[in-house]
Amino acid sequence: MKQKTNPLLSIHAYLVMAFIYLPVLMILIFSFNNSRINSTWEGFTFKWYGSLFQNRNVMDALMNSLTIAFTSTVIATVLGTVAALALRNAVRKSKTVLGMLYLPIVVPDIIMGLSLLLLFSQFHFPLGKWTIIIAHVTFSISYVYVIVASRISGMGKQLEEAAQDLGASPWQTFRYITLPAIWPGVLAGAIMAFTLSIDDFMISFFVAGPDSTTLPIYIYGLVKRGISPEINALCTIMIIVSVGLILIAQWLQNKGNRGKKASTLPF
Amino acid sequence: MPMIQLMNIEKHFAGQTVVHPLSLTIREGEFLTLLGPSGCGKTTILRMIAGFEQPTVGEIFLDGKDVTELPANKRDLNLVFQHYALFPHMTVEQNIQFGLKMKKIDAAEQKERIGEAIRLTQLTPLAKRYPHQLSGGQQQRVAIARAIANKPRVLLLDEPLGALDLQLRKNLQAELKQLQRSLGITFVYVTHDQEEAMMMSDRIVIMNNGKIEQIGTPKEIYNRPQTLFAATFIGENNVFHEAERMFAIRPEKLKAVRDREQKAKRKGIIQDIVYLGNVHKLMVHLNDEQTTVSICLDFTDEDEWQIGQHIGVDWFDADEVNIGL
Repeated sequence: MKQKTNPLLSIHAYLVMAFIYLPVLMILIFSFNNSRINSTWEGFTFKWYGSLFQNRNVMDALMNSLTIAFTSTVIATVLGTVAALALRNAVRKSKTVLGMLYLPIVVPDIIMGLSLLLLFSQFHFPLGKWTIIIAHVTFSISYVYVIVASRISGMGKQLEEAAQDLGASPWQTFRYITLPAIWPGVLAGAIMAFTLSIDDFMISFFVAGPDSTTLPIYIYGLVKRGISPEINALCTIMIIVSVGLILIAQWLQNKGNRGKKASTLPF
Repeated sequence: MPMIQLMNIEKHFAGQTVVHPLSLTIREGEFLTLLGPSGCGKTTILRMIAGFEQPTVGEIFLDGKDVTELPANKRDLNLVFQHYALFPHMTVEQNIQFGLKMKKIDAAEQKERIGEAIRLTQLTPLAKRYPHQLSGGQQQRVAIARAIANKPRVLLLDEPLGALDLQLRKNLQAELKQLQRSLGITFVYVTHDQEEAMMMSDRIVIMNNGKIEQIGTPKEIYNRPQTLFAATFIGENNVFHEAERMFAIRPEKLKAVRDREQKAKRKGIIQDIVYLGNVHKLMVHLNDEQTTVSICLDFTDEDEWQIGQHIGVDWFDADEVNIGL
């Protein structure tokens, strides 16, 4: 049966969409603008994308971002997955443990950044790539944990018991049964961690050193001297990469979860 | 020869006693069923034999050896899980191979055993399929094939047919019993379905509230129940109270007699008449006891019975089965 909808409601829905996506769309459009000035349109061009890759500062920042993202992703994925495996029984008993693992997701970035800066200066830890990596690992673990834990709880204990019953040692059970079963979740968690690291500005800004400018920090620096079309091009690339990665993560998370859709992310 | 011995085992979960102290001997080659309503402790006992739970008190012996402390992967027995627990990322063949691989059996014998298990469970055309491409009944067969390929001394089955529809269940019951006979392996079967237990088992252990109510052959259990629970859980039964004792009489052992003959042991009024094809039943409310009994009449009964009719209910003294409280 087709339900009649008030036309005003669908207009409202389109307006909400426009509200959300208009700013992103602006950046995307103006990254192809032939003019140096953002406000006027003077024809279509790819030249900003070209000059972006010629720019040494941009490339340095990109390399920093990728190094940090890759390293923090590997560390956070291993630690988050191990935590999810270790806490699978404890969490059922204690809501406190669960709450403590979720906390970094809801703590404001500015507080995370500030507290990490305090911690590093307390221990006279020199600010640089490693401090950013450590900072990114701290918040990425929570995301990896949440995604992998949901995968584990969906799996149940029976498969592992069946493996043990067939003579598999604890390690063989993990290697041949548990890991393949949770692998899509681990991969999804890793992609999530990578995306968060690439995109993070606030926390990185607090704990970055002079030689560790990441892409978001670099963009912020550029903006202070006025928004150039190059930034638009850079932002467009970042948006596309992030959205692409998140979609892959979501697809992995749902893959193999036949019937029951994973609900770790709201899309 | 005892294959499994449970010696005074007891199991507590979070301060609650799930299995009260009990001892049980399972003989080599027999088909033994643990029967009882859900929550009676039957699955816990099976899991303790498999090694997934440790008894709080007591010992478990497998083929004369104390296995109480032995982890599940070192026990020479296999469990068929209620929801099959097939490995989703492996084909039927790889599922069956898994146990053999873990035990480092050489390749030639692996192949032979896989072939045999697949043939016995009639899975030959499905060997290369993945579990999600199989029906429930086929998945069940794979679970059994995966277990028997290991040539275990004992096969444990946890309500293996519980998730299947009635017709399929009937077919697989017969197949399983056939399989057990031809392999000669000891089967320990858990179910809450009394008909299934009666049909398949050499011996039945009736359980209730973590305690054993009775152990016996299907015939003994039907004809000579020892407790009120055993008497009423298996088949239909009529329970009578008389002074200090209580006894049960099966519906087919009761006789309906016309009131005027006056020599029946009890009197009552017919409340309902139920036709079931080969038999029909009279539901009779007794005059002196606040209870309704069921009388089973076979097809040779030609009398006209009517609802509301006053009749006598009679039986032979020998058919009374004394049951404890």
